[in-house]
Amino acid sequence: MQEALNKIIEDYIENEGNIISVLQQIQEEFNYLPKDAIHYVSDRLSIPSSYFYGVATFYSQFYLKPRGKHIITTCCGTACHVKGSDKLYNQVREEFNLTGDEDTSGDGLCTAEKVACVGACSIAPVVIVDKKILGKVQKKELTKVIKEIKEEQDA
Amino acid sequence: MPDQVNIKVCMGTGGIAAGGTEVMDMFRTELDKTGIKAEVKERSNVDKVGCRGFCAKDVLVDVEVDGEVTTYECLNADMVPRIIEEHIIGGEPVTDWVTGEDYRKFNEKQIKVVLSDCGRIDPEEIDAYLDHEGYVAVKKVLTSMTPEETIESVKKSGLRGRGGGGFPTGLKWEFARKANSKQKYIICNADEGDPGAFMDRSIIEGNPHAMIEGMIIGAYGIGATKGYVYIRAEYPLAVERLRRALEHARERGFLGEKIFGTEISFDIKIKLGAGAFVCGEETALIASIEGERGLPRNKPPFPAQSGLHGKPTIINNVETLANLPYIFKNGPEWFASLGTEKSKGTKVFALTGKVNNTGLIEVPMGITLKEIIYDVGGGMEGGKEYKAVQTGGPSGGCITKDYMDLKVDYESLADIGSIMGSGGMVVLNEEDCMVNIAKFFLEFTQDESCGKCTPCRIGTKRLLEIINRITEGRGRKGDIELLLDLSEDIKDSSICGLGQTAPNPVLSTIKYFRDEYEAHINEKRCPAGVCANLLTFSVIEDNCKGCTLCVKVCPVSAITGEKKKPHLIDDELCIKCGACFDVCKFNAILKG
Repeated sequence: MQEALNKIIEDYIENEGNIISVLQQIQEEFNYLPKDAIHYVSDRLSIPSSYFYGVATFYSQFYLKPRGKHIITTCCGTACHVKGSDKLYNQVREEFNLTGDEDTSGDGLCTAEKVACVGACSIAPVVIVDKKILGKVQKKELTKVIKEIKEEQDA
Repeated sequence: MPDQVNIKVCMGTGGIAAGGTEVMDMFRTELDKTGIKAEVKERSNVDKVGCRGFCAKDVLVDVEVDGEVTTYECLNADMVPRIIEEHIIGGEPVTDWVTGEDYRKFNEKQIKVVLSDCGRIDPEEIDAYLDHEGYVAVKKVLTSMTPEETIESVKKSGLRGRGGGGFPTGLKWEFARKANSKQKYIICNADEGDPGAFMDRSIIEGNPHAMIEGMIIGAYGIGATKGYVYIRAEYPLAVERLRRALEHARERGFLGEKIFGTEISFDIKIKLGAGAFVCGEETALIASIEGERGLPRNKPPFPAQSGLHGKPTIINNVETLANLPYIFKNGPEWFASLGTEKSKGTKVFALTGKVNNTGLIEVPMGITLKEIIYDVGGGMEGGKEYKAVQTGGPSGGCITKDYMDLKVDYESLADIGSIMGSGGMVVLNEEDCMVNIAKFFLEFTQDESCGKCTPCRIGTKRLLEIINRITEGRGRKGDIELLLDLSEDIKDSSICGLGQTAPNPVLSTIKYFRDEYEAHINEKRCPAGVCANLLTFSVIEDNCKGCTLCVKVCPVSAITGEKKKPHLIDDELCIKCGACFDVCKFNAILKG
């Protein structure tokens, strides 16, 4: 872990970086923001870790918990909303048995997320499965995609 | 056999989602087989000859055979071999798949300025832009005009900020020009956070160089040597194309030291947004570029006096900047001849929702709403009745059918309680509940409120609580008045635009659809049949064939009945999910 973090710190010093860019790089490396990583960087740069947490919790892009192997993001922008995105989001949660505040399934297979808008409103409703954008999504199609994810894991 | 075949596949986010990559690959492999030299070119999903933002019918493909262009719609990879066989080799276009009347109507009333090169050119090749007089305008500005003359021309054109506020661009530049400082900055705001808007994404995906060129002109005008593009991380394709475009521009000496052979230096860096709607606000955006929490601050001082790192800073929206090359190429008088008295030029809108031709459109200011929805938009989807169009996203309002003949510009929209905003237009029909729409936007603004000032942080929360209880059937007498009161207070006392405009969707829906609020509160009824808590589902016995499809989909086993006989829904068990309503093939489920 240290090696990767040292590189990020070097980059920060050389390129007049800032807290956001450091966090973005940490997240790119580890897929989320591990506590140890934040504390290490905070020590090395003599910036209180509260600064990092302040920024990390402000922006929706940062994650303090590990995320699933697959990410299913339902777009909940206006156009998607009026075309029934709520139902799709709930469907994903149900299929992976997510309850309460949970957004990642217990086995770490999948994270269900919402995004405010990906700007693909003309093909609403939109669901993004591992960065692939699916347009005009219907329940059936989503069921199929989720089934594939589960089967791939079982195989 | 044809001499020259050019194929242009629509490859914006919409085109790719519809299978653009597969279509392009199929053309490549199939054409390799036939040995025809075809240029299978990627292009953005907005195109002057091809798709023109006609995302509803993606994948759109232009097939040009010896200069004759034919546009196909709704293509998938399997359809490609027939086109090659019959059209490219046989010389007869496959008429079944060629775009029809709706495509002609979609384009008829549009005027393309910002989008004129979008799609016509490959956004990943700088030469394609140069072939279309790219970087001609900026060269002219830098080598033959003074910064003052540049600003004067922008003022003369009447260009106003396309990000929502509509502030005159030239005037803004003049403030920064006059500010006394060695270091100045120009920032392009590509943090298009409004749900329901994708104009900026499409411009950057389709023609990133126009925006870069506009930025260089702006930097010269105000005297900035450094620029930033603050762009959403949610737009990966746009970021990638922008990054590539900046590299190319640098290689050609359009960015960096001594650009265009002058003594002027200017370079642009990309800053990725980290997901906060409030960062679309100028001062919050600056805080975010500095790496801080994106909290807005009081104005004045305005960024033009004290912005990034305390230096004079100009922040312009993508569309605003992308207009500039065309203004300088064709002259400010030409630009000023388009549009209305106070709103010049064109406006790009993202037309979405319950309309036939969803997509990206560019229309002259002053066009009527009727023309946008019924001509360009091809009318209402499924022939349903028009209810309203929501403009300006969470900061805007709705326009009812009474204003169908309203000429759309900054002033007219503000007059009726909506705003131009950045250009999202979501069309709603009889099946949309306006209270639910207000709730949707409030949930968004409440979630995105940065928490710095009390009226926005707590006020929007209270607004949402009231709306929630109305939609859940717990509305009280006097709630409407309470909403109105609280909304006015929040508008008056919030620090930044987010809070000042957050109550707009509530105010606007109450103004035009008060009866819907009253039905929710007094009769505990949702006239559009959207608010789940106010719905009941029952079986229409005469229509029910007893097919048992609904029994299978009901998640709580609330439906019972014998095969081939009418079924029954247990209201106690029903969770109003509507699954039975969606699945029934005989219209036997009554929602009300």
